[in-house]
Amino acid sequence: MAPLVTVEDLHVDFDTPTGRVAAVRGISFTVDRGECVAVVGESGSGKSVTARTLVGLAGPGARIRAARLDLAGEDVRTHRARDWRRVRGRLAGLVLQDALVSLDPLRTVGAEVGEVLTTHGIVGRRERAGRVAHLLDLVHLPEPERRARQYPHQLSGGLRQRALIASAIAGEPALLIADEPTTALDVTVQAQILRLLAERRAAGVSLLLISHDLAVVAQVADRVLVMRDGRVVENGPTDRLLRAPEHPYTRQLLAAVPSASSRGRRLAATPPVAGARVALPARVEVRPADRVLDARGLTKRYGEHTVVRDVTFSVGRGETLGLVGESGSGKSTVARIVAGLLDPEAGTVSFEGTPWSAVRERTRRPMRRRLQLISQDPLSSFDPRYTVGQVIGENLDPDVDRRDRRPHVVDLLRRVGLGPDLLDRHPRQLSGGQRQRVAIARAIAPRPSLIICDEPVSALDVSVQAQVLDLLAELRAADGTALLFISHDLGVVHHLSDRVLVMHDGTVVEQGPVGDVFTHPRHDYTRSLLDALPTLVAAGRPQEERP
Amino acid sequence: MTVTLGPPLTDAPARIRVDPTEPAVRRRFRPGPGLLAAGAYLVLLVVAAASPAALAPADPLAADPLAVLSPPGAGHWFGTDHLGRDVLTRVVHGAGHSLTIGVAATAIAVTGGVLLGLLAGLTHRVADEALSRTLDALSAFPMLLLALLFIAIAGPGTASLIGAIGIATLPHHARVVRGQTLLVRRSGFVEQAVTFGQSRPRLVLRHVLPNVVGPVPVLAVIGLGEAVLAAAGLSFLGMGPQPPSPEWGAMLSEGRNYLQVAWWISILPGLAVTATVVSLTVVGRHWQARFDGRRR
Amino acid sequence: MRALRAVARRIGAGLLVLWVAATAAYLALLAAPGDTVDNIIGDGADTPDIRAEIIAQWGLDRPAVVQYVDYLVRLVNGDLGRSYLLQRPVSDVIGEQLLPTLALAVAAAGLGVLLALVIAVATAGNRRPWLRRLSSGTELLLVSTPSFLIGLLLLSVLSFRFRFFPVSGDQGAGALVLPAVTLALPIAGLLAQVLRDGLDRAIDQPFVLTARSRGVRERGVLLRHALRHALLPAVSLAGWVFGIVIGGTVIVEQVFGRPGLGQVILSAVANQDMPVVLAVVTLSAAGYVVVNTAADLAYLLVDPRLRRS
Repeated sequence: MAPLVTVEDLHVDFDTPTGRVAAVRGISFTVDRGECVAVVGESGSGKSVTARTLVGLAGPGARIRAARLDLAGEDVRTHRARDWRRVRGRLAGLVLQDALVSLDPLRTVGAEVGEVLTTHGIVGRRERAGRVAHLLDLVHLPEPERRARQYPHQLSGGLRQRALIASAIAGEPALLIADEPTTALDVTVQAQILRLLAERRAAGVSLLLISHDLAVVAQVADRVLVMRDGRVVENGPTDRLLRAPEHPYTRQLLAAVPSASSRGRRLAATPPVAGARVALPARVEVRPADRVLDARGLTKRYGEHTVVRDVTFSVGRGETLGLVGESGSGKSTVARIVAGLLDPEAGTVSFEGTPWSAVRERTRRPMRRRLQLISQDPLSSFDPRYTVGQVIGENLDPDVDRRDRRPHVVDLLRRVGLGPDLLDRHPRQLSGGQRQRVAIARAIAPRPSLIICDEPVSALDVSVQAQVLDLLAELRAADGTALLFISHDLGVVHHLSDRVLVMHDGTVVEQGPVGDVFTHPRHDYTRSLLDALPTLVAAGRPQEERP
Repeated sequence: MTVTLGPPLTDAPARIRVDPTEPAVRRRFRPGPGLLAAGAYLVLLVVAAASPAALAPADPLAADPLAVLSPPGAGHWFGTDHLGRDVLTRVVHGAGHSLTIGVAATAIAVTGGVLLGLLAGLTHRVADEALSRTLDALSAFPMLLLALLFIAIAGPGTASLIGAIGIATLPHHARVVRGQTLLVRRSGFVEQAVTFGQSRPRLVLRHVLPNVVGPVPVLAVIGLGEAVLAAAGLSFLGMGPQPPSPEWGAMLSEGRNYLQVAWWISILPGLAVTATVVSLTVVGRHWQARFDGRRR
Repeated sequence: MRALRAVARRIGAGLLVLWVAATAAYLALLAAPGDTVDNIIGDGADTPDIRAEIIAQWGLDRPAVVQYVDYLVRLVNGDLGRSYLLQRPVSDVIGEQLLPTLALAVAAAGLGVLLALVIAVATAGNRRPWLRRLSSGTELLLVSTPSFLIGLLLLSVLSFRFRFFPVSGDQGAGALVLPAVTLALPIAGLLAQVLRDGLDRAIDQPFVLTARSRGVRERGVLLRHALRHALLPAVSLAGWVFGIVIGGTVIVEQVFGRPGLGQVILSAVANQDMPVVLAVVTLSAAGYVVVNTAADLAYLLVDPRLRRS
């Protein structure tokens, strides 16, 4: 039997004001009936454009060429708008990232799911409500009749995503295209959505899964295509690809994923060495007993909602404390309290032995430079009028002479791996990784004893994330700076932290040395987090270099 | 906390970049013909306002009984009015009135708006609430009626027009500035600057004020267009400079009795108003687009 | 329940604005030049007896606070005072002239909104670039042109040249067409810009991509999905549109020689007949508050996300 999808030598170009940009440059692949094929790549690899081209929604200004582009035996290259409408929803359904914006926020869930039914005349008006409820039940949405009358914002992230999937399968398409379907979700919810997709596939639907995350697609995909710069660099069965990656880029991607086994070693090898890891520089002695930061019984309420409840922890000199939790766990609130940007309702923070919370800002100010903050979105933490030089210069010691400031900044840039040519550029002209490096340079400028890193790598591609994590590890080793490292990503925390704090619903459910907590979790919640974590097959990991 | 990996994926191709480490090449600024025409017209307008005699040496009040209501032609490009006065000369000399009223009124509105907006945005919640409600109430009065009320108290004339339009458009500017102030105050970079140990006055001076006041000139240019339009309307109703002053709105009002036989007396000064407002809007919008582009 | 609270809060805010507006109007009266008694007497006989009688009759000898409270109480009861000039209750003067102005305002606002909707839906997205350019150019012209110029142009072409419509007056529906169109055009120009902007932004959202991936037609995407989102910013302009319409009627009535509130306020301003001026101004502020509150409530209706808090 012929494959459901056949793509041969597909090119997609975009006409932009700055000229023609090639997004996809000659890729070929097939998806068989009942098969799950994953396309993996970093941003700009052309993976999303490929997915959307299959439903004729590559976007305005897209120019598409292909030797073959068949969908269920139909040549879709010559399809006009009418023909595409017949294909969409009926032959192929599309699931996007984050249903909060991918479902119309002004319409009920039922109206959104039912739209497919009406558009294609699948059921009459009277049977519609029943069919919608059936579909919502199919994706395991509890109380389908009631949920159908609700709006997307009234549903949790996971339930919303289920509703979005229900709308994509309403027309019973043979192909389901899922573009980053779990990306904005917490790890436990992500696992549920992946199970749901696997269930649909078991019911006979072919899956084309687009993701930036190899570990996620490894859970469900039969075959994986690795894309980079609009080309497929490697294509093979999931097992083989993870076990014996052939292309250097695939190896580099696999090596860049932080986890337990990558501790103490570089994630980004330069130049990439096949199957080998380079050790990070040795760190100065960590002294947990010598406390830099001491937080006791922190509690914070917003109205009747308690977001942080009785949180107690400490950070030792030179120590890295990982703070793990899902969205809504209160970890960012803890970060803001510790940073002295938010006053707790109860509890105290002391920093370097002096009271830090419940004191006047004037008292805190002289100590401020000893405690720095790096946030997830560096761009919004830079004054939009400032150049890179000004951004970093602002945090230099005010006593530094005017003439000495520039060499100081150049030196800081060098330490974070950036050249002096960036001095007069504006941060918005930089890439995400460069911006985060600038933020790091600014944070280390006053030689702080503690840096709070609030999801510092969450917005970055995995290879860029690897470089930034390596940089943090190097700086930590060189300066002996303590880190309070906040992340939703257990792998990242495991890779970098000495001790870990697990937060859930505003409370600390477990804390201890990272090895203990992640290998012998005592709390049910920690266990469920670890169970939900998609991991790459151990055998597929590159060989460790013996130190 | 939501975590997004990669750029937000929308249907807009313009945002697609091939290499994520290479920022999109910024387009070099190239003014289009519309912008050039608008700029040229505004330059002409400023010259006309500063020294009208340079463009139209004749006397705008000189009547010529021999050339009454003559249509546009070689001798009089814009024709003459019912008293035989040259319409082009009067339009040129009218530019000063329109610009003076517009600029002065906008200056009042923008200055007052910035001060009140900053006050509301930077002070305590109670003061902010009181100021905001007062501004709400002030903007409940339709601009033209508020101006008429002002004129009923102060009498017609240029000064009244300036005051009336200035006060009527002030709440809008104040609200925009207040909103911008709150936005900047709560922004990530101001919070970050707190962690550097900067004092509050220093924070306000270095980060808040420049980012709030930066876009104000752009607002002022677009506001100027509105003020010119409002001034023409009020003059048309006889509330502005009194005849025989060559004010554009007043010229229209005078000329409309002759509309059937001599359309040029009223239509041409009206078109001068339209051209002024269009030019200001085109320049203002362009500036705004550049400004937004720079901040992104 | 929460929705009810949201409604109550918005109505409360409206009442507060109304009170501040009435107070501002009262302060304006105090700021008016000349002696109130002089104004009331006007060209009539002026003797100390008459003056005393007027002071007693209008209660001008009472403390300012009492007069202010009295003013508010009378305002709430619909008593707008007496015209100095016409020596009649202001409410009568306004009542007589309200209908033609209201007819013009409603016709113009309705026509403007309708035109804007049609233009925005026809030109949203990038389907017909030439049409889009043409319409945004026209909108800019309409928004930038004084309404009296639009009126005079329409008059000289459609009435004088082709005699399609009467030149002036308020006889029948025919006389309403040109004034309403004159007033509707700038409104349509601005609303069309706002609506199209909103449509364009909505079309770029992921949920529109989802809708398209279901096989929905472009018209369905626009009308069922994008239009609601585009309406939100447009609805918040309702108060502004009201102000433009009310201000515009004054000018348009003058251009077309129509009777209405415009004539009333212009002659009152010319004669410094403050009670009439203030009454018209306060009434229009009240109208603004009503329209704005209604728009806020409509917002709640369109956007379920706001019903929460």
